[in-house]
Amino acid sequence: MDTIERRRERLDRGIKVRTEGIYAVSSWQEVAYLVLPRLVLIVGLLLLPLLIPSLFGPYWKRVISYAAIYALLALGFDFLAHFVGLVSLGGAFFIGVGGYTAALLNTSLGLPPALTIPMATIGGAIICTLLLLPALPLRGVYFAIVTLMYPLALMRIIEALNIFGGTDGILGVAGFTNRWIEQYLIIFIVIFALFGLRRLVNEDIGLVFRGVKDNDQSVRASGLSVTLYKAIAVFIASGLGSLGGAYLAHIYMWSGISQFALDFSIIPIAATVIGGGGTLVGPLLGCFFLVPISEWLRTFGTLRIVFYSVILMAFIMFRSEGIMVYAQRKYHQFQRWVKV
Amino acid sequence: MSGEDILQVKQVSKTFGGVQALLNVSFNVQQGEVFGIIGPNGSGKTTLINCITGFIKMDSGKVLFQGKNISNRTPNKIANLGLTRTFQIMRPYYSLPAYKNLVIPLFSPRARRTGGWRGGGKLGDRGTVAIDILEEIGFERDSFVPYKLASSLPTGYLKRLELARCLALRPDVILCDEVFSGLSMSEIASMVPLIEKLQLDGITLVMIEHRLRELFRVASRVMVLNFGQKLTEGIPEEVMQDERVKEAYLGSEKASDYI
Repeated sequence: MDTIERRRERLDRGIKVRTEGIYAVSSWQEVAYLVLPRLVLIVGLLLLPLLIPSLFGPYWKRVISYAAIYALLALGFDFLAHFVGLVSLGGAFFIGVGGYTAALLNTSLGLPPALTIPMATIGGAIICTLLLLPALPLRGVYFAIVTLMYPLALMRIIEALNIFGGTDGILGVAGFTNRWIEQYLIIFIVIFALFGLRRLVNEDIGLVFRGVKDNDQSVRASGLSVTLYKAIAVFIASGLGSLGGAYLAHIYMWSGISQFALDFSIIPIAATVIGGGGTLVGPLLGCFFLVPISEWLRTFGTLRIVFYSVILMAFIMFRSEGIMVYAQRKYHQFQRWVKV
Repeated sequence: MSGEDILQVKQVSKTFGGVQALLNVSFNVQQGEVFGIIGPNGSGKTTLINCITGFIKMDSGKVLFQGKNISNRTPNKIANLGLTRTFQIMRPYYSLPAYKNLVIPLFSPRARRTGGWRGGGKLGDRGTVAIDILEEIGFERDSFVPYKLASSLPTGYLKRLELARCLALRPDVILCDEVFSGLSMSEIASMVPLIEKLQLDGITLVMIEHRLRELFRVASRVMVLNFGQKLTEGIPEEVMQDERVKEAYLGSEKASDYI
């Protein structure tokens, strides 16, 4: 019997030279090769508010905003976990602090959302960073536990002391007047956060962050304070989370203890697993995949948790590197069959 | 050699639990010299460096650097004063290319204050400065080596990278923790001139070393540690004639010592 033996050959595309992130570009095809994925992402995100509600119904426009808020949290999580080495379960903490700050500023001082959202972003980031400051020398799971305790504790404190509206929450927060502004503003913020963070991690200060993750003793021996740079990184991530929380408060026109719910801590991690950690864009896409699925599964009632778990487990077992890590590798490689 | 003491270590002691790691160790290092610290395994050499550079809090004692008391300050503050160290077990940033490893020390307050490599003045692009430093330390500029990930570099280059990280801070003193260990004979042969060049550049070196022959080529004085205590100090030839030093390294010949 005649058999031909073949093997699969994989080659890196020649456009990538020397080291990560440096390319030799000499034609418009190569420019397109580099720019096209970014363009597809940006255009795709911008089309979402136009397409989804008209295809699935008006309810889904809210889902896009939720997905974008989760995407901010996931970006912060991925940045902290893969570029600074801090595993943070603080999503709920950041959302809650941001949400309450915005709601309080709006209801008690009467400030409009255009002021409360930026103020809650900065204010929330300052509050979160100060509260997490004692935990910064901790690493790995210990830091994660502290970030998880804060939202649980704050939720019960608000409930027990009956402050900030207690279990009813803060009612009468101003909403967005225009739904297009509501949807597009958060999408622009997400795009800006994604490309901003991607640039940041390759700047000199970003290298310091990555140094802290790789080897904090060397960073100290290099004359840099590890705690200072961890604090800056936590400030950035908690700022993104607080921004999401403030946005959520204005979308709901309400702020309550459910903003400290664990969903905000867990879904960003799940999205990072699915999307691919360390790519920043992966967790973002993971959110735009997971949050709509979670909403869609609501029709199955309590069974949705089962489906949700199965999807997650399948990803962890069969594609644990995540979609984007896989996609990026394939995008940068030729693959062909050659005769042996 | 001006003979001025740049680093003064006074009565440093440290215990780990019940183990006396260092007991009243004192020595002075003069401006511009190469000072060796030798001793058997577990004699407290690395602990001593850790105490001086602030990585470990010492129980008692005092460290003066350029006349200033720096005892138990944080490692980053001490590094910014110009007292730097290498690690015995190399600690590069494995996920970064070699030259980006140096961007991190170049980001420090001291590097920003002192400006660019050699020329002084403005620091400019840190990546370019990093490659200048790497070339100085033996990474061929036109090869791919400075652009390779640190995780793919052989030990010889990683040892040089450790030194380069110190140089990026434009240090006054480098405490070298076994820069020769784990290197092949030819790698050591190329490392010795490098050490001599650093000395000519006016950098004071304190070297912990097990490779005594190479150390004695560069060091003007050595100190011997044993069980956390200072045995003796002096020029290399004298120190090695000392009976106590022979005993520490080779063991006592008298059976009564073991009873």
